[in-house]
Amino acid sequence: MITENTGQLSNPVILNKEEKEDSRFKEFSRRFLKNRPAFLALILLGIIVISTIMAPIIAPYDPYEGEITNRLQVIGAEGHILGTDEQGRDILSRILYGGQLSLLAGIVPVLIAGLIGGSLGVMAGYFGGMINTIIMRTLDIFYAFPAILLAIGISAALGQGIDNIIIAISIVFIPPVARIAESAVKEVREEEFIEAARTTGAKNFSIIRYHILMNIFSRVFVYCTTQISISLVLASGLSFLGLGVSPPTAEWGVMLNNLKEQIFINPLVTVIPGLFIFISALTINLVADGFRDALEIKQ
Amino acid sequence: MENILEGVNISKSFPIKGFLGKTKGTVSAVHDVSFSLKEQATLGIVGESGCGKSTLARLIMRLIQTDEGKVNYRGENILNLTGSKLQDVRKKIQMVFQNPYSSINPKLSIIDNVAFSLWENGVPKEEARKKALYYLDAVGLPKSYALRFPSSLSGGQRQRVAIARALVLEPEIVIADEAVSALDKSVQAQVLKLFQELKKEFSLSLIFISHDLNVVEYMSDEVMVMYLGKVVEKGPAVQIYSNPHHPYTQALFNSIPSMEVGESTLNNSPINGELPSPMNPPSGCRFRTRCPLVTEKCAGDLPPNVEISPGHTAACVLYERVGNEKVLS
Repeated sequence: MITENTGQLSNPVILNKEEKEDSRFKEFSRRFLKNRPAFLALILLGIIVISTIMAPIIAPYDPYEGEITNRLQVIGAEGHILGTDEQGRDILSRILYGGQLSLLAGIVPVLIAGLIGGSLGVMAGYFGGMINTIIMRTLDIFYAFPAILLAIGISAALGQGIDNIIIAISIVFIPPVARIAESAVKEVREEEFIEAARTTGAKNFSIIRYHILMNIFSRVFVYCTTQISISLVLASGLSFLGLGVSPPTAEWGVMLNNLKEQIFINPLVTVIPGLFIFISALTINLVADGFRDALEIKQ
Repeated sequence: MENILEGVNISKSFPIKGFLGKTKGTVSAVHDVSFSLKEQATLGIVGESGCGKSTLARLIMRLIQTDEGKVNYRGENILNLTGSKLQDVRKKIQMVFQNPYSSINPKLSIIDNVAFSLWENGVPKEEARKKALYYLDAVGLPKSYALRFPSSLSGGQRQRVAIARALVLEPEIVIADEAVSALDKSVQAQVLKLFQELKKEFSLSLIFISHDLNVVEYMSDEVMVMYLGKVVEKGPAVQIYSNPHHPYTQALFNSIPSMEVGESTLNNSPINGELPSPMNPPSGCRFRTRCPLVTEKCAGDLPPNVEISPGHTAACVLYERVGNEKVLS
């Protein structure tokens, strides 16, 4: 079997990294596709995301220009499929433009919280001891407040604007992400391959990169995807309460707030932004569930 | 032959933390253990669960900090090395762990699991992979497995990966901590055979830790029997197996199920009682609470290490009285 003692093989196999990644991805997508609801949700979510991104091209009207003579049109009115609002602006166009901000406010805080909370959790879990106590107990302070109250408090302090919503929600999401990451790291740290890596003299950084992160990634990732829908609802909620995006900016929460005035005149139109918030949140949850199942994470 | 590795009076106890981090007591895991490993020989360590075998291995590997004692590698104490010197010694002593399902990273391919230790020691990735492949070949894994992930491997195959990973740094000493306990009997035999082949092929010295007396007998030149953190008997394997002296060793051998048809499976006098808590070990001889030959003297001082024959010692007061035996300590 062993041909020479130089550490070379007579016929070294070509190590194709892409092929390796490919097979893992294939396995993942095969399992995901088997999950019908998640797959359909992904398609629906994809349609929503793509159409909001393409809003400037596909939106039939300017979202900020309305004809006051044409206000409060019902669903299916001529030229305005989803009707018009109290200023005569086309609701479909506003939904498409508003989705950009709403979805952004759903995803960006989770990304930020995933990065910051994830790193804090990994440090706390890996180093343990004093570092763990300092990080985790500090984050526990945030748990003392209900999430929505904390978000309201922070955004009230920071003032209006989409950037402040994102900051506020990110802060709300950092502690739970850190907690998930910390408990996952603590579990992985007990495995013998970590000890084995330490006996080879590996540096902490490499152990974290190759042994810890790779093993906790899917758990933290799946948790984060489930948080996107909550973040989206939270952001819309803040805007609805007047703490986030200010009118006339198109954003689903703001639109819901504006349209609530006409609930007795035109109830179906009122519901539209809420419906979009609901569908987006639902599809995101279904897709996240699909990810979790496809990655075989026990909960 | 020269001793490649020596342990001198190694002790380790773990504090038990109570509420608010107060120390409630200590668990004496390893107490005053000395051993020596000859170049290219195999030292077997036996004892029941919780006797400190694995702790001893981790102390040698410096995974845990030792309280007292020295570990000399080629005459140099490795317990206070730091930096690049420690790194050099780490490469010389490698370990194979007990559980093959926990000891290899499920998210790295087989070859990267092995190559990781190399590229951590400054070998370029491609070169590390080539070398890893060579060692995977040496432990008898087909090349086609290299890019697979551990989930598609059986326990025996995983243990081969773990052995390849230990060998890839070209160590002189390999510590196998219950390396075959998690495997089926038939696979155990293959892996044991592999250990012996590799030992010859790469001129290794082995420390073989197991609770399985037959496995240790098959592997070892020297045997050390541990009980509750202490060495009760050590010596050449042949002598210990043919002529055990310490009552614990005798009881241990008597509890090996008999293979004879018609005989009762357990020969006689199985060890009575439970292992005492290491938080509060018995005074004097730690085995006295379960020893069938216990005397009043046992509760007093620590039992002396009595030399039964050259290189064969037993820590028991029973042999102290035997006239012309030399008392070591």
